[in-house]
Amino acid sequence: MRIVVQEPPFDFGAEAEAFASGRHDMGAVVTFTGVVRDFGNGGLDAMEIEHYPGMTQKALEGIAAEAVSRWSLGDVLVIHRYGRMEPGEKIMMVATAAPHRKDAFEAAEYLMDYLKSRAPFWKKEHATTGETNWVAAKDEDEDALTRW
Amino acid sequence: MDVLYFAWVRERIGLPKETVTTDAETVADLVAELRAREDRYDLAFSDLSALRVAVDQELTDFDASIKGAREVAFFPPMTGG
Repeated sequence: MRIVVQEPPFDFGAEAEAFASGRHDMGAVVTFTGVVRDFGNGGLDAMEIEHYPGMTQKALEGIAAEAVSRWSLGDVLVIHRYGRMEPGEKIMMVATAAPHRKDAFEAAEYLMDYLKSRAPFWKKEHATTGETNWVAAKDEDEDALTRW
Repeated sequence: MDVLYFAWVRERIGLPKETVTTDAETVADLVAELRAREDRYDLAFSDLSALRVAVDQELTDFDASIKGAREVAFFPPMTGG
């Protein structure tokens, strides 16, 4: 299990390749990456992500440990950035390795659902107009936790 | 204890962290003390349903005890991922 919280970009391809390599007993590797999305009209200048330095690593480790206890997993990787990012930049990634794909897919979805609502990150949009907006949590993100 | 604020709570109160001396027994008691201080606190804590709290870096609720706690943090619902 590897949990990384960092400001600089990460190399998604290299991380995915390294994660998927050298395993002989894992038939399935699932990766997901989250990307800064523009409003659709080129109006987003940047996304700023604030976090709670003392708590973030522990919260992510707790979420990952819960995934390992619920599914048959060989390994879990979580990388989550903070700081200022432009549209198209990768914010975070998760990867799961399991003997079979169902566990790998489900655990990755579980990790994403919990990362969204239970990891101490907050997103602030900086529009090209100079306006800023804290992204509000969605009810559907909170509701997504109930299926687990 | 240290009291930390994040995201718009930090902006509304105007600082990220402060040391508070209190006899408050629960998070709710601490919130009541803070709200009585100044308008900016009163405003930030006016709708607790819009806030989350962590005591010693564990998510909890406003009824939780803060006896012996070193750190209490207030913030809006999280938007990770």
